[in-house]
Amino acid sequence: MKSARFDPIVLTLGFAFLYIPIIILVIYSFNASRLVTVWGGFSLQWYAAMWSNEGLMDAAWVTARVGVLSASIGTVFGTMAALALVRYSRFPGRTIFSGMIYAPLVMPEVITGLSLLLLFVAVNVDRGFWTVTIAHTTFTMCYVAIVVQSRLLTFDRSLEEAALDLGCPPVKTFFKITLPLILPAVLAGWMLAFTLSLDDLVIASFTTGPGATTLPIKIYSQVRLGVTPEINAICTILIGLVTVSVVVASIASKRAELRRIRDEHVALRGTV
Amino acid sequence: MAEISTTSNSGPARWLVVAVPYIWLLLFFAAPFLIILKISLSDTAIAMPPYTPVLDGLGSVGDFVSQLDLENYLFLAEDPLYIQSYLSSLQMAFISTLLLLLIGYPMALAMARAPSRWRPTLVMLVILPFWTSFLIRVYAWIGILKPEGLLTVFLQTIGLMGPDEQVQIYRTDIAVFIGIVYSYLPFMVLPLYSALEKMDATLLEAANDLGCPPMKAFWKITFPLSTPGVIAGSLICFIPITGEFVIPDLLGGPDTLMIGKTLWTEFFGNRDWPLASAVAVLLLLVLVVPIMIFQNQQQKAG
Repeated sequence: MKSARFDPIVLTLGFAFLYIPIIILVIYSFNASRLVTVWGGFSLQWYAAMWSNEGLMDAAWVTARVGVLSASIGTVFGTMAALALVRYSRFPGRTIFSGMIYAPLVMPEVITGLSLLLLFVAVNVDRGFWTVTIAHTTFTMCYVAIVVQSRLLTFDRSLEEAALDLGCPPVKTFFKITLPLILPAVLAGWMLAFTLSLDDLVIASFTTGPGATTLPIKIYSQVRLGVTPEINAICTILIGLVTVSVVVASIASKRAELRRIRDEHVALRGTV
Repeated sequence: MAEISTTSNSGPARWLVVAVPYIWLLLFFAAPFLIILKISLSDTAIAMPPYTPVLDGLGSVGDFVSQLDLENYLFLAEDPLYIQSYLSSLQMAFISTLLLLLIGYPMALAMARAPSRWRPTLVMLVILPFWTSFLIRVYAWIGILKPEGLLTVFLQTIGLMGPDEQVQIYRTDIAVFIGIVYSYLPFMVLPLYSALEKMDATLLEAANDLGCPPMKAFWKITFPLSTPGVIAGSLICFIPITGEFVIPDLLGGPDTLMIGKTLWTEFFGNRDWPLASAVAVLLLLVLVVPIMIFQNQQQKAG
């Protein structure tokens, strides 16, 4: 069966295309030379330069706060939206609701950014930290909703039903039974929301104000002036942080999955 | 049974679960579109906010409405720059989506046919670049594609290029295509993979047993069965690429016309908010059909 055979060459080329640019970027952050194409020996000077660049550090701090806050609110709202979509098949305006969940996923960022800015101007709000946080909450909650929704769709509801039948109030059932079971998806949603917020340039550019420059806005304005190893250094740190947290999260969720299966086995043996 | 128990028991909580996200999205996603529509009908003014009329008080509603007009849209229709921007954005998005399919499909197919114990790792390897910043990934390409960049150095080292020659890709449409394909590849590969992975391998074996050549089997069986993935992946890429700003701005040249860049310049460069709004409204009208198809498909899948 020739056509169905596994083809490692395509995969090697594909992954090379995806990873080589990032690897080059990381390598050249340790370059002693200021020229991006000349290797002048190993050096950490750009990390030192980055560390003492106050503008960059301030922007990193703003970005981290916006990210944590908007991801956390977005995760709560997104989880609620996912519950609404999966559990309540009928409520007034459900089509509009699900439309508003899916549309932001593909909406060009320039449109979302401009429209939110015009809203903030129309209601006369000072733009800054809070307007960026609101903007990020709005688009990240939709991603969280999609992630949690896909978990809820494969969810075995018999445990919930048992709790409800035994007279456990619905809200308590949610926090005692449903939430622990969908927690990996909720945490994955939070991480996705946080990295999307960390990543966003366009929407933040529209909705920010004086004193709330985020890291992407800062990086963008420096990139326009030219490639500097300092930018490579901050990019390397961001890539490192994200890689470590994604790998740790996936290992942790795999462990939790194994533990759950083992617990189920033990429980089953206990009942027999 | 379950439906009955949840509906009858959870009055206020149930109401809250729907209402909170609903109201938030109405306020911060739907309402802004009405405002953008209104401002696209206004005139520019040297003031803050830089447009007139501004609605102040209910008494002046009639006056306010009478000042709105289609001037900005007429301006967009008359100036060929804008029409060309829309057309060239659609063209760039179309070509990019085709390129993404051409590169993404073989990758997704190879992943779906990989030994099953490798698949989770392969999926993670596709997702990982998506987690790293979009801006960083575009920035990485500047260092490679610049005339004195690493691609030139590489080609000179292996002798494909003389020491005086340089790669002339940076700040052209080719660089924009490379940047777009690079940034959007995970969005294309994942929906394709999830469609291909579900496929029943015995269908192909049956075709083979009945003497169907592999290429024909691909077009008769594999590809038709993967169409939901092809449609989802194409829409997820095509719609945002049409309004893309960062990639054409950082990798494209002065003659790279894309509507996201035009909107950005109108807004931040010329400070013409009403015109920028009109550009956004028209972009939304251009994309409304693909967005509706995308939503329908997602709702069916969800």
